[in-house]
Amino acid sequence: MAVRDPIREGLAAGWKIFDAATLGEDLDLQCDVAIVGSGAGGGVTAEALTQAGLDVVILEEGPLASSTDFHMRERDAYPQLYQESSARQTADKSITILQGRCVGGGTTVNWTSSFRTPARTLNHWRDAHGLKRTAAADLEPWFARMEERLGIAPWAVAPNENNDVLRRGCAKLGYSHGVIARNVKGCANLGYCGMGCPTNAKQSMLVTTIPAALARGARLVQRARVTRLAIEDDRVTSLEAAGVAANGAEPTSTRVRVRARHFVLAAGGIGSPAVLIRSNAPDPAHVLGRRTFLHPTVISAALMGKRVDGHAGAPQSVFSDQFIEAAPLDGPAGFKLESAPLHPVLVGITLPGFGEEHARWMQKFPNVQVVIALLRDGFHRDSRGGRVALASDGTPVLDYSMTEYLWDGVRRAYLAMAEIQFAAGAQSVMPVHENAAPYASLREAREAIQSLPLRALAPRIVSAHVMGGCAMGPDAGRAVVDEDGRHHQLRNLSVHDGSVFPTSLATNPQLSIYAISARNSATLIRTLRSA
Amino acid sequence: MTRPSRRTFLKVGLAGAAVLTLARWIDGPVLAATPSKFLDARARRTVGALVPVVLAGALPADETARQAAIPEIVTAFDRAVSGLAPPVQREIGELFSFLHTAPLRIAVTGLWKPVEECTPEQLRDFLLRWRDSPFDLQRASYRALTQLIQAAWYGNPVSWASIGYAGPPALA
Repeated sequence: MAVRDPIREGLAAGWKIFDAATLGEDLDLQCDVAIVGSGAGGGVTAEALTQAGLDVVILEEGPLASSTDFHMRERDAYPQLYQESSARQTADKSITILQGRCVGGGTTVNWTSSFRTPARTLNHWRDAHGLKRTAAADLEPWFARMEERLGIAPWAVAPNENNDVLRRGCAKLGYSHGVIARNVKGCANLGYCGMGCPTNAKQSMLVTTIPAALARGARLVQRARVTRLAIEDDRVTSLEAAGVAANGAEPTSTRVRVRARHFVLAAGGIGSPAVLIRSNAPDPAHVLGRRTFLHPTVISAALMGKRVDGHAGAPQSVFSDQFIEAAPLDGPAGFKLESAPLHPVLVGITLPGFGEEHARWMQKFPNVQVVIALLRDGFHRDSRGGRVALASDGTPVLDYSMTEYLWDGVRRAYLAMAEIQFAAGAQSVMPVHENAAPYASLREAREAIQSLPLRALAPRIVSAHVMGGCAMGPDAGRAVVDEDGRHHQLRNLSVHDGSVFPTSLATNPQLSIYAISARNSATLIRTLRSA
Repeated sequence: MTRPSRRTFLKVGLAGAAVLTLARWIDGPVLAATPSKFLDARARRTVGALVPVVLAGALPADETARQAAIPEIVTAFDRAVSGLAPPVQREIGELFSFLHTAPLRIAVTGLWKPVEECTPEQLRDFLLRWRDSPFDLQRASYRALTQLIQAAWYGNPVSWASIGYAGPPALA
C-alpha cells in the first residue's frame, strides 16, 4: 500500500511554496506575521495565526522533505534533515548536538517522546525566575489541547527489548519508571523516527500544523536562512534571509526580504538568539544568548545474551525519573533515564575507540543495548549553561562547559545505568567514554567508573535538547521576552520556541514548546486584532 | 571558536596563527576547486591511509572488496565534511594543513613520515596519543578523524552484513 504524502498532495494542490536555494531572483514578500522556523514553536504558531485569518509567511532554513523522501537510511537522512549533518558541536567539540534542520524542525526527526513540563520545573521558574503566569494550572488546558491535536498518548504497544531492559532493570531495583507518551497515529512500530517518519504516523509539525497553515494560504520559504532583522527604534520593520545551498552549509546569493506587522522567532535554542545577536537587537540586561541549556546526555552500552535489535520498534517507550525525583533542585545534578535507537552510524560513531576493539563491539551490533542519562542543567548555581556567540561569518557557536557539578552527575549516571543494565541481565557494560572498557560485573564496573577521568572529550556527550538563550520572565532586567513571549524592548517581536525556557526542563521538550507556543499565539492573536 | 584551538597549539610550542598561514602557503589550497567537494587529492590519500587503521577488523577481509570500499569511504568522508558549517570546514582544513607540513606534523603528531607513508602501527599509536592528549584540540581532532571514517563506513550498506544488520524494513 502506498503511503499518502500530504506534502506532495498539497504541492499538487497549489500551496504557495518558495525554494530560496533555487530561486532565480530575489524575493520580496509582505504579510501580517513572519515566522522564522517551522519546528514545534513555528508550526503551532503558524496554524493558530492562519486559523485566526492572519496572512503568514514561514521561513525555514532546511528543506521541505516529506515521507516520499524518507528512506530510513542514515547517510541520506542526517545531511538532509539535521543541522550540520547531525554533527553540530559545542565550541570545544565536546558535546554533539542533534538538531533538526528541515520543515517541521526537530519534530520531523525526534523520537516522539512527549512529556508535560514537570510541575517542579514550573515551580522553580516561579520561585527563582519570577514567572507569574506559567504554573501547571495555567498550562493544563494548553497541554490537553496539544495532546488532542497531536494524538499524544502513552505507548500502548509492548516496549522493544532495548527499552524493556531499562524497564526490567528499574523494576528489579525498585526504581520508579513509566511508559512514555508518543505523538503518533497508526504507528507501524518501525523505529526510524529519527530519519523522518516514512508512514506519516508521527504527528510532527510536517504533517499537522504546517499543512493546515499552508492549506489556509500561508506561504512557506524553504532553504532560507534568516540573516538579520531590520530594526528601527523599538520595532522590527523587515527581515532578510539568504538562500542555503543544497549541501545545507553555504549561503547562496539569493536574498529574501519579508515585511510584516509582527515577527515571531521560532528558530530554536541556538538559531533564535543568533538572529537577535546578528541584528544588534537591544539587550540592556546582557542576557541574550546566555543561560543556554542542553540536558548533557551520557550513554552506557551493554551487551545482552540475546538479540536486542535496538533499531527496530519505537525508539523511546520507557523512562525513569528515579534520579530526578529523588534529587533536590539545590543538590547534586539529577538525571532522567531513557533509551535511544541503535542504527549503524549512530552506534558506529558513539561507541568509543577505533580499530579491532571497536570492530568487536560492532560485530555484536544486534545484541547491543543502551541506556542514556539526560542531566538536568540550569537549576543549581553551579550549572549556568552556555552562551551563543557568532563566528566571524555570523554562524552561531555555542560555548558550553561542563562544570564539576555536572561531571559529578555524569559519574553517578554511569553508576546508575550500569546497575540497571546488570540487574536486567547484561553480560557486560561499558560506559561510553574514551578510557572505559567492557566490564563483566557490577563490582568491576563500579570500581572502574569511580576512577574514570572526567574532562572534556573523554566521555561521549550528546544533546538533543537546546533550551534557553531568550529566557522569558516579567523582569526586563533578567529576561529577553515576557511570559507572553513578547520581546521586552522590541514591540512587534515574539519568541515561540525552546529558547524561552529559563532553565532546562528536566524532560524532553516538545510538548512544553507546543503548549507555551499555543498559549502565547492565542494572546498574540488577541493583541493583533485589537491593534 | 578557532581562538582556543590556536592557543592550544601555542602550548605545544608552535608559533600560532603565523605558522598556520605558512602551513597553508606551503601546502597549497586545502579547499578543492569544486564547491561541493572538500578534500584535495593529497587529503584524500591521507584519509585513505587512516581508513584501514580506524576500521581494522571491520573492513572486508577479501582484498578486492576491501580495495573497493576504501575510496567509497573517502568520498563519503568528503561529502560529510562539505555539509558542516563553513567555520568547522575551515578547522578541518587547518587540521590537514598541519598533517601535510613536515615540521608541524612532526611536532604535533610525532609522525616522522607523511601519514600516507606510515605503517598501520605508527598511525594507530598516533591516534592513541591524540586520544589521550592533554590538549583539547588533539582529542577533538582524534574524534573528528575517527568518527568521520566510522560514519562513512557504517552508513554504507556494504558494511551492514558484517554487523548483523538487515537494513531498513520494507514498507508493507
